[in-house]
Amino acid sequence: MSETETRAAVPAPRAEEKPLLKVEGLVKHFPLKKGLLQRQVGAVKAVDGIDFEVRRGETLGVVGESGCGKSTMGRLITRLLEPSGGRIEFDGQDITHLNTSGMRPLRRDVQMIFQDPYGSLNPRHTIGTIVSAPFKLQGVEPEGGVKKEVQRLLELVGLSPEHYNRYPHEFSGGQRQRIGIARALALKPRMVVADEPVSALDVSIQAQVVNLMDDLQDELGLTYVIIAHDLSVVRHVSDRIAVMYLGKIVELADRDALYQSPMHPYTKALLSAVPIPDPRRRGAKSERILLKGDVPSPISPPSGCRFHTRCWKATEVCRTTEPPLAELKPGQRVACHHPENFDDQQPQDVVLLAAAKEAGELVPDEVLAQSAETSAAVAAEVEAAAGAEAAAGGEAAAGAEATETAEAPAEGPAETEVAKEPGDK
Amino acid sequence: MISYIIRRTIAAVILLLVVTAVTFGIFFILPKLAGQTADQLAQQYIGKNPTPADIAAVKANLGLDQPVYVQYWEFIKGIVSGATYDLGPTTVQCNAPCFGYSFKDHLEVWPQLTQRLPVTLSLAVGAAVLWLLGGIAAGVVSALKPGSFFDRSAMGVALAGVSLPMFFTGQLALLLFSYKLEIFGRTYVPFTENPSQWANTLFLPWCSLALLYSAIYARLTRSGMLETMNEDFIRTARAKGLRERKVVVRHGLRAALTPLVTVFGMDIGLLLGGAVITETVFSLHGIGEYAVQSITTNDLPPILGVTLLAAFFVVFMNLVVDLLYATIDPRVRLS
Amino acid sequence: MTELSKTGAAVGEPVRSGDAPDAFLEVRDLKVHFPTDDGLVKSVDGLSFQLEKGKTLGIVGESGSGKSVTSLAIMGLHRLGARGKNVRMSGEIWLDGKELVSASPDEVRRLRGREMAMIFQDPLSAMHPYYTVGNQIVEAYRVHHDVDKKTARRRAVELLDRVGIPEPHKRVNAYPHEFSGGMRQRAMIAMALVNNPELLIADEPTTALDVTVQAQILDLIRDLQKEFGSAVIIITHDLGVVAEIADDILVMYGGRCVERGPVDDIFYQPQHPYTWGLLGSMPRIDREQTDRLIPVKGQPPSLINVPSGCAFNPRCPYADVPKDNVTRTERPELREVGGRHFTACHLSQEDRTRIWNEEIAPKL
Repeated sequence: MSETETRAAVPAPRAEEKPLLKVEGLVKHFPLKKGLLQRQVGAVKAVDGIDFEVRRGETLGVVGESGCGKSTMGRLITRLLEPSGGRIEFDGQDITHLNTSGMRPLRRDVQMIFQDPYGSLNPRHTIGTIVSAPFKLQGVEPEGGVKKEVQRLLELVGLSPEHYNRYPHEFSGGQRQRIGIARALALKPRMVVADEPVSALDVSIQAQVVNLMDDLQDELGLTYVIIAHDLSVVRHVSDRIAVMYLGKIVELADRDALYQSPMHPYTKALLSAVPIPDPRRRGAKSERILLKGDVPSPISPPSGCRFHTRCWKATEVCRTTEPPLAELKPGQRVACHHPENFDDQQPQDVVLLAAAKEAGELVPDEVLAQSAETSAAVAAEVEAAAGAEAAAGGEAAAGAEATETAEAPAEGPAETEVAKEPGDK
Repeated sequence: MISYIIRRTIAAVILLLVVTAVTFGIFFILPKLAGQTADQLAQQYIGKNPTPADIAAVKANLGLDQPVYVQYWEFIKGIVSGATYDLGPTTVQCNAPCFGYSFKDHLEVWPQLTQRLPVTLSLAVGAAVLWLLGGIAAGVVSALKPGSFFDRSAMGVALAGVSLPMFFTGQLALLLFSYKLEIFGRTYVPFTENPSQWANTLFLPWCSLALLYSAIYARLTRSGMLETMNEDFIRTARAKGLRERKVVVRHGLRAALTPLVTVFGMDIGLLLGGAVITETVFSLHGIGEYAVQSITTNDLPPILGVTLLAAFFVVFMNLVVDLLYATIDPRVRLS
Repeated sequence: MTELSKTGAAVGEPVRSGDAPDAFLEVRDLKVHFPTDDGLVKSVDGLSFQLEKGKTLGIVGESGSGKSVTSLAIMGLHRLGARGKNVRMSGEIWLDGKELVSASPDEVRRLRGREMAMIFQDPLSAMHPYYTVGNQIVEAYRVHHDVDKKTARRRAVELLDRVGIPEPHKRVNAYPHEFSGGMRQRAMIAMALVNNPELLIADEPTTALDVTVQAQILDLIRDLQKEFGSAVIIITHDLGVVAEIADDILVMYGGRCVERGPVDDIFYQPQHPYTWGLLGSMPRIDREQTDRLIPVKGQPPSLINVPSGCAFNPRCPYADVPKDNVTRTERPELREVGGRHFTACHLSQEDRTRIWNEEIAPKL
């Protein structure tokens, strides 16, 4: 598959359009206290400096394993939690430290859907009361009255308007999640943050809710941030995807780019671990990267690149220097010194750490060979491109990537595109 | 751990200071607000028909005309280093720890408390043993066969136990077994003097008190046990092939009883501050009876003393409970 | 009950009740019903299957399909506890020549943990919070082995080491909450394997775990099975997991088996509309991006009022294809449609093949 085709599927961002949500250096530390005087002895670094933006009308998927800070991130951008640092901008307005009253208008624009359709609905309230609560809280009188509007919302999410006077326990899990969605949509929000919206649901019901959210996005022009651990679901719903590890975003890329040629070794391991519902691919176990040990504690995350303790490519520079989240390819940002499917950012640093050698034993040889091949191919491309550029002033680059290079001649060789993606099939 | 205990102890001391301050405030400021003058207060400390000069002397010597914080400071100082009350004609020496001096029965408060504490302690500990055994056993059996005949009758008795007031059950028991049948004695004998006589007199108060508490404990145990036996780890224990008895005792009971520790600590703490009704009904000269006496005669220093002692036990038992908790449940971190 | 056995007989299913089968594990017409205030909950309602040593059976279904109750019934665990007092159970469960439904609770107890062991979904709640991991494994070993604590402890360390817990001689003294989720599940597996059971039942063993940890645990189960040669039942809602690990798959719906067969058949030639529904509603990472998922409409059935006829009929898009409203009046029997591949569906073989080839397969 060629890169151009892949990217056509993703809505092209218009350069002049400002993102709906812009997050810079966002930090949330939960302090740990100890001792006689309850001094702060450390902090759980749940979110530790992340930057991203959410474009209007897109779905940003956020994936990562438990404890990576994705849920905390969701609560920060909806301002259910107070950030410890950084900046959150919603539609051009700085909302980082808005107080409750300052947040009130924003509460209309940003809504949240939670994982547990059982826990998030008050069992003593009728569906009517639950879905109309946002109107009362905001003092909004919708056209035609609250009841009519609530019934319209119930219909919108695929429930019967007659359910108005029923109680949550009378509904199944999928229906309850629909109620949660109706409540979130009551005030016509612009952005909906959904934290594991379908993971508590059965497979057949999951699909109903995923499709519903999809339809609602088209119909209402919603912007979604969907936080989930299920990589198949995230791929299905997202336009762009952020991968988090220990409070950091390690990779942020357009969906297809991320799934077809992940650049961060962690992303690659994560993707390889997803069980494939295809028994004939069982042989593909040889492609599976098993990660060594457990995720380190977010109280004292590893120095440098946080993944270096489990990464099979880690070298000295990974231990000492934190890699920046840099846009190595257009639309694909990655924080890695030795990315996959791309040329090495620190080629001089070749000696593997001892831990990396151990980790490498769990990585199938095929994967290693493939990875080396890809990197060599990329390096060759880069060299060729650079050579061609030097020779012909950047005009006559050879092969399929000619267009790519021409698009961004000023970006220099490091950001040159790769045409072939031999790393995936 | 040690830093935790130190921190908790400091907190306890501060809490006790607050309790004394509040009690002090209530008993020494309220009369003033109610319109009693220092003269009238002073009158309470000396006998009948005092001369104005006597009153003035007492007032000055006891510091009753001083601002309340000075009086409070004097009281605290007394606890640490003792106090001397100069009542004009007589001088009273109150040794440290001086928790005040009752000018009504002309006795120091502290020796009264220490003298009465063993009675209350005997009553509380004896009753606690009974109610723990009875309540937990009944609760466990009920929980293992919910809806059974035993369950329903045990819970019926428990309901009755909670609803029947102590002065009713206590009086009834006393009338029947002590006055009519004369099985049990009515005069408290210290354990050190005659243990069997000690137990004999205390048996009825123990049972009356235990009936009330075991009812509560049976219900708590039952609900805790029902919940625990539905836990996943019980299923795991069964999946290992353990005998059901071992599953219940080793895996169920230990987890189900943990929350009882909190309740038990509180109950014992409260009881040590005086089992007011039981002591009154059975004429036991314990802390509770002392409190009742002092309140009826409006004798301020003993009331203050009893309040402090009661508060101390509650705070102390709380600390004990928290430490116990950490020992029982390894997940609990003391911080 | 007889009805089902007869049908079974027609296709070479277990023939006569009461005879010990050849298979290592054979379940015949198992029914597990719980009377409740709201009515009789038919959690499992006539289930039959076989499993050989060294093989893995994946039981797939949604919540309330009866898959967990089946596993508890094999272990004899559903009869214990307050709820187990009134459970009604019939059918046969043959494990290595012994029949368990009619066996006394104590006989079953002695097999539990020794011949058959189980691992559960959430290893944190499945382990006792007050005892160390080591003590819990030691306990499991000493129930069935008359050895002193020291020996049992050595065995525990050995097992912890085998399941990949670093520094096992140290970790043996740790409490479950001091382990990470993946380590806890490893410890749980160690506990289940401590007596070398011949049957291992894993109830959603990876659902509570992260995807990278899930991969490790599935790998571990697979390796251990090779090493110990035990029969494994893996219960899950995740088709990806069974595709990775199972030899045979049994799809449950409303307390009954709707389809059963070798893993390849279930994935490449599925015969039941519910199986088609499961495959269609799952987003797949290994395929081209599809625009929309194909969900199963409606909600899972109540086990008290299971729809008459085929339990799946209210949700089935093809319920009207067979004539005479038969899907709503008659319960479909499990029939063999190919070698060891069974399905319970009123659609004719031609209809099923046509629908699968023309309507379902192209969209997956």
